[in-house]
Amino acid sequence: MSTATNDAGGSRHRDPFVPQMYRVERVSRELADTVTLSLTPLAGQRPSFAPGQFNMLYAFGIGEVAISVSGDTAESAFVHTVRNVGAVSGAIEKLAPGSVIGLRGPFGTGWPVKEAEGSDVVVVAGGLGLAPLRPAIYAILANRALYGRVVILLGSRNPADILYRHQLEQWRQRLDVDIEVTVDHADRDWRGNVGVVPKLIPTATFDPHDAFGLICGPEVMMRFSVNALLNAGLPANRIYVSMERNMKCAIGLCGHCQFAGTFICKDGPVMRFDRIANIFVMREI
Amino acid sequence: MATIEEILQEHPFFAGAPAELVRLVAGCARNRMFRAGEYLFHEGDPANEFFLIRQGKVALEINAPGRAPIVFETLTVGDFAGASWLIPPYRWVFDARAVELTRTTGIDAACLRGKCDVDHDLGYEMMKRFLPALVKRLHATRLQILDVYGNQ
Amino acid sequence: MDAAPAQRVATISRDALQALLDALAENYDVIGPTVRDGAIVYDRITGLADLPAGWTDSQGPGRYRLERRHDDALFGFSVGPQAWKRFLHRPVETLWAMRKGENGVTIESDASAVPKFAFIGVRACELHAIAIQDRVLLEGPYLDTAYATRRQNAFIVAVNCGQAGETCFCVSMKTGPRAQSGFDLALTELLGNDGPRFLVEVGSEAGATILSRVPQRPATDEEIAEAAAIVARTEKQMGRRLETDGIKELLLDNLNHPRWDDVAERCLTCGNCTMVCPTCFCTTVEDHSDLSGMSAERVRKWDSCFTMDFSFIHGGSVRKTPRSRYRQWMTHKLATWIDQFGTSGCVGCGRCITWCPVGIDITVEAAAIRENPQPQGGGQNGHD
Repeated sequence: MSTATNDAGGSRHRDPFVPQMYRVERVSRELADTVTLSLTPLAGQRPSFAPGQFNMLYAFGIGEVAISVSGDTAESAFVHTVRNVGAVSGAIEKLAPGSVIGLRGPFGTGWPVKEAEGSDVVVVAGGLGLAPLRPAIYAILANRALYGRVVILLGSRNPADILYRHQLEQWRQRLDVDIEVTVDHADRDWRGNVGVVPKLIPTATFDPHDAFGLICGPEVMMRFSVNALLNAGLPANRIYVSMERNMKCAIGLCGHCQFAGTFICKDGPVMRFDRIANIFVMREI
Repeated sequence: MATIEEILQEHPFFAGAPAELVRLVAGCARNRMFRAGEYLFHEGDPANEFFLIRQGKVALEINAPGRAPIVFETLTVGDFAGASWLIPPYRWVFDARAVELTRTTGIDAACLRGKCDVDHDLGYEMMKRFLPALVKRLHATRLQILDVYGNQ
Repeated sequence: MDAAPAQRVATISRDALQALLDALAENYDVIGPTVRDGAIVYDRITGLADLPAGWTDSQGPGRYRLERRHDDALFGFSVGPQAWKRFLHRPVETLWAMRKGENGVTIESDASAVPKFAFIGVRACELHAIAIQDRVLLEGPYLDTAYATRRQNAFIVAVNCGQAGETCFCVSMKTGPRAQSGFDLALTELLGNDGPRFLVEVGSEAGATILSRVPQRPATDEEIAEAAAIVARTEKQMGRRLETDGIKELLLDNLNHPRWDDVAERCLTCGNCTMVCPTCFCTTVEDHSDLSGMSAERVRKWDSCFTMDFSFIHGGSVRKTPRSRYRQWMTHKLATWIDQFGTSGCVGCGRCITWCPVGIDITVEAAAIRENPQPQGGGQNGHD
């Protein structure tokens, strides 16, 4: 197969169907079924990525899975947080440092990190949804002075399932970020909030007339959170969600990831809410 | 030192309420403070007094035999703790515990019910404030029980 | 193959057509229509003897029969179950193979030569379908390199339809019946008293070169008029139409129309329509490895949005019901395709109507919604 592509990304001379080989440098366990991998290419440097983009990670002989990048753009490795939900992700979850993994990407659209400069930013994450948002948080905190209020709201199932807990506690020690965490249920040892994450929105401090909302999590949680942000006064064209659909080729040729007329691999996964508002609440679209 | 009326007027629950309404409710109200760990009410007790939270955090808990109590909701400033005083048999169905030092305005349920029976305008105004909050809580609870973060 | 407008018009005999096929066979795999398994399919042909002389097809919703003609026209039929996409956008394709060795993982690309195809008998609707797949597979941010090579190598001999198929509606889709561009040569079969001949239009330099090797003479004015009359007659024979005015807005405003429930009760979600449709392009990938775990390959296969697997994400399929899957196919084909690729996805070939086991007719479904639109209100901005 010849190896031409007319894309403007870093993979100009590579066949976009063929994975590049990466080494697993580091594995850290986040939750009982979730790990974070740090990947470096066997040859050369990793392509640049925008916060919100994803890679297709390939487990040899088993298959590929779409995983958002969850690391810092400043870091030389590709960092991915992977949860075991199937054959491919299960195989990836068991990789040890030194293993080789295939990678294609990065693909898709990113969070409006640049567009949000000068405004408040409200990050609403549900469960593992914090992983695709983390690169945006890194980017915003790296240029903190360019933004207004920065609010991070996280919902989890229970306190044991809070992702990146140590890092959240570190961010909380900064005085220029508001962080609120809530869980669906807890025991007595938890002194934090209990309840769904949209409930944190009405009491968060931000200027709805000049703020961006970045939401990522299970689709139901995103729907409720979008409503809460709209009710708080944020306009629909300032709310961004990260959509998920069946991903196969990730390069716009196989048709699988279509969400009405959009391709999640090309027009997403990060999508501005006003552009999809009429299909967002539609069943089975 | 603010009067009960002034305190009630400032509470988000009574935002925009006419002074006459607040005065009527104030006649049933008193300040209540709970230290961390103290219970506002217990399951099964008569629902005599409900609480508008002015400061602090209240955890709603449910007990099941053989396991530790489960917290399924925390309430904060602006919320009210206790809805079972609205419906017979007027008994609490959950425990409510102050997570941290919590200042509230306690409202005598029988007193308020009595005044609403006599003054239906007052009753309607109170319903208009309670119902949206209860509906929102119902919606949130629906989302909560979906367990969306669970591994399917 | 460049898209120069037809410059020369010549007339050739049947024998000359054989000579044309022979000339093409020197450098191309010649693919043309032939009778097999009770249908007219596209396969490798060596000569005129392989063509369906004297055969025609009788089609209707859910019905296809071959019937004998009372003449021996070589192209006296419409379109069969297959489209040219099975050669250009192959049903099964190995994307790559990998092998684990001591030095790491090596990737083996397919070193076999990419075939050069000469397609004989491409209809106007099929020319449009090929152009549509070109847009999908070659004009995005990433291109399908195997398709690009096969496409570049392809030589196309188009044929103007001498009759309309009973399920055809190319006129309303503005894709026929006359082959306008996208071909190297275009034939019109003339069956007059002077014996069977072909009017030949040249569409490219490559076409002119091949044609120069074949006995021919300039077409007479009568022959040109005869060919035009044939095409005009075909145009009038169209038995159905699909109104395309505002079709995108119509379908996207009626995503909850009761008609979707109606068609869902009939649709078997068998996916036949997607297999026979000349523009459907969806594929899936399968990863295989051997028992030792030392070698792996990735294979791409045609897929259909009608399967449950198609929209599967962890937790289940997004489009569980037949209603949602039929709606996806039809709204993609007629509406969202326009936003994605700038044209309709439908060329009016009628295959989906003919090959649907229960005879669902896309033109009837679209008309039913147009006749009684029921746009949904509320929930437009996510507000409750």
